[in-house]
Amino acid sequence: MVTTVEIPTDMELVYKYPESLTPRSTHYCPGCTHGIIHRLIAEVIDELGVRERTIGVAPVGCAVLAYEYFNMDFCEAAHGRAPAMATGIKRVSPDKVVFTYQGDGDLAAIGTSEIIHTANRGELITTIFVNNAIYGMTGGQMAPTTLPGQVTTSSPRGRDVETAGWPMKMAELIGMLGGAVYVTRQAVLDVPSIRRTKKAIKLAFQVQLAGLGFSMVEIISTCGTNWGVSPLEALDWAKTHMLAYYPLGDTKVSDAVRELMGERVTPFTMVKSATEL
Amino acid sequence: MQEEIIVSGFGGQGTLFAGQVLAYAAMDAGYHVTWIPSYGPEMRGGKARCTVIISDEEIGSPLIRRPSAAIVMNIPSMEAFEPAVRSGGVLVVNSSLIPQRSERDDIRVLYVPGTELATEMGNVRIANMICLGALVQALGVLPLRTLEEALENHLAERHRKWLPLNKEALQKGAEFAR
Amino acid sequence: MARELWEGNATIAEAAVRAGLEAFFGYPITPQSEILEHLSHRLPELGRVFLQTESEVASINMVYGAACAGARVMTSSSSPGISLMQEGFSYIACSEVPAVIINVMRGGPGLGNVAPSQGDYFQAVKMAGHGDFHPIVLAPGNLQEAADLTVLAFDLAEKYRTIGMVLADGSLGQMMEPVEMPPMRPVRPPYERPSWALTGAEGRPPNIITSLYLVEEVLEKVNLRLQAKLRQIAANEVRWKEYSTEDAELLLVAFGTVGRVCQTVVREARRAGIRAGLLRPITVWPFPSARIAQLAEQVRGVLVVEMNAGQMLEDVRLAVEGRRPVRFYGRFGGIIPLPDEIMPELEKLDAETR
Ligand SMILES: Cc1ncc(C[n+]2csc(CCOP(=O)(O)OP(=O)(O)O)c2C)c(N)n1
Ligand code: SF4
Ligand SMILES: [Mg+2]
Repeated sequence: MVTTVEIPTDMELVYKYPESLTPRSTHYCPGCTHGIIHRLIAEVIDELGVRERTIGVAPVGCAVLAYEYFNMDFCEAAHGRAPAMATGIKRVSPDKVVFTYQGDGDLAAIGTSEIIHTANRGELITTIFVNNAIYGMTGGQMAPTTLPGQVTTSSPRGRDVETAGWPMKMAELIGMLGGAVYVTRQAVLDVPSIRRTKKAIKLAFQVQLAGLGFSMVEIISTCGTNWGVSPLEALDWAKTHMLAYYPLGDTKVSDAVRELMGERVTPFTMVKSATEL
Repeated sequence: MQEEIIVSGFGGQGTLFAGQVLAYAAMDAGYHVTWIPSYGPEMRGGKARCTVIISDEEIGSPLIRRPSAAIVMNIPSMEAFEPAVRSGGVLVVNSSLIPQRSERDDIRVLYVPGTELATEMGNVRIANMICLGALVQALGVLPLRTLEEALENHLAERHRKWLPLNKEALQKGAEFAR
Repeated sequence: MARELWEGNATIAEAAVRAGLEAFFGYPITPQSEILEHLSHRLPELGRVFLQTESEVASINMVYGAACAGARVMTSSSSPGISLMQEGFSYIACSEVPAVIINVMRGGPGLGNVAPSQGDYFQAVKMAGHGDFHPIVLAPGNLQEAADLTVLAFDLAEKYRTIGMVLADGSLGQMMEPVEMPPMRPVRPPYERPSWALTGAEGRPPNIITSLYLVEEVLEKVNLRLQAKLRQIAANEVRWKEYSTEDAELLLVAFGTVGRVCQTVVREARRAGIRAGLLRPITVWPFPSARIAQLAEQVRGVLVVEMNAGQMLEDVRLAVEGRRPVRFYGRFGGIIPLPDEIMPELEKLDAETR
């Protein structure tokens, strides 16, 4: 629990626990990056001043209890169906800010159809996609994003691309769709990447607020527990292996989004644009 | 009173529409009525038939095996329903496309060269209305006028230009039953 | 309002519009695509939400989302599509949000065919999804009922915050009958959405809608609450129709299209000197068990007729509790049993119980 302290009136407020988070501590494993991502989303919602009109959709996955940690209206979707549920909410409540929070099993396996069609329709929602290359919640089975050769509880000899196919590059896939206007891949593996991720999340929500189309931030994350390494080793492993396969950068920035970015948002370096992929 | 009527032919012969006109007329005349279609798998050219039940009490089964009257517009329909019409019933045969004759002496059979007459009148697609005119006249449950009114009240806007021809067709058919 | 000749699927769709439907999410499947087609022009012209989805899985989860947001929402499908929605039904039932589902049943199992069937009775009333719940299931026998029960489905779904399902079959969907459409209700404005709905936590604590309860005792409590609600529905909402039962010696029980076929059977039986009566359940869940038990005391035997292998039969047997013989006649594959094949079954029962 967080203890609140009266802020002395003669001092400048430079740091504050986000209003968009509840004071609960999370159930995530020590060193898990889900917590960081929650925090970034909450800060963005605070900064945009939209907490009271935001509706979140939690996934099935380790973040299934996200509604316990976000201090706003929330619901919990069936596995993979968060984008459909968010579509339903947004279509009948167009003045609300709606976002889904989804893992890689949720978004890129069982829910592939929903995310593709939601993005393609250009639903005015934002998706935060947490790619940790594994099924965290169910105990570390192979995910559609698991790297070639990566050992999981259901790929004991390492992912064999001959039989299990290739890791899915969702940011690239979704970036290709007409209705998606802002799609980017970021990471939460060190301070600079965390700061860039926050900017990306903010832009994604701004894109929704401006009514431009579907926005998605894929975030390269860790799951030390199921990868079988310490939190620090997990960060290193993600940097060396995941970033090699999943390059960071925007895969879609529509002209309208570019206009929106104007002076207010500093564009990140484009590692690769959708057309080069 | 309960009349159970089957209108059967190829898709495109307007059998479903003829049944609907009959249903509208019966409804407007204050009867209970049901219309239920049955299609073949093909969109066009397959079998298309409907069953219309007109009754002065609440209608139970919307389907029957032995109709009290039938319009058959092609040979397969003739083969299926000529034997099925109940004793004392009415059978309207589109004799332009059906060379057979019925051997039954317990029903009233009207041979109406619907397709030929319709072609002469300028539109082969009104063969259904010619046959319907014959049937309604023979049944005597609804005055022919109620069908004309049903056409007036329920014909889709884009088909309204065909209204006079449809009415003429009903009259033409009715002559065969007088 | 005047009676108009309506096609069954359009009847259901238009009745939903009149009931204040705010949003429809659906995927085409015969024999109910006309519902989707009707709404594809009606809802946008009224400024309401219509969306053709990528699958029935998406449909039901969009319905779930819109229901959480407090909107009056519905989807429709036919048997295979309904199977795909079952996970969603279960979430909706547990989350206690109102939604209306239309199932215009077709022949199964598998891809089956597009002809009428009642093969999804068990699925609708006994196993609409995983876990312990029942939707409220309404079974129209004619098109006026299809209109009225569609409206009722919305009202009951909202009253009890659960699923209101209209269980029709392909022949009801495709047939035409005169219908007096219910009056047009105004659409509920967004600021009148229920207090539990997700509308943004402005000046109030957040609303959470979930079906996840990790602590066993808590989930048990949720279940006990759901069961209490189901008992309340069972006590208040049973509906059925009877025909010639006052002096009946033999009782027919049939629902939907077969129910009306059996109306004809009763008439013909009486003409032939057999005192038959008919009970046609309107709600198949909750089931009119108490009334059937009462009638079982009065009659010599019961004949259940369905377009399946004998599904409602089990509920009738449970209600009759062995008091009288319960016989069954059914057709499958999209075949509607007709009076002339049901009559001999009734005569058999008559002879057997004399
Ligand atoms: C229909 C269905 N199938 C399977 C499951 C079991 N399940 C729960 S979480 C999960 C995987 C989640 O993995 P991911 O989306 O990557 O999230 P993470 O836990 O890694 O954050 C699975 C398969 C389920 N709840 N529902
Ligand atoms: S299992 Fe992995 S993803 Fe889940 S909480 Fe633990 S570290 Fe995070
Ligand atoms: Mg994962």
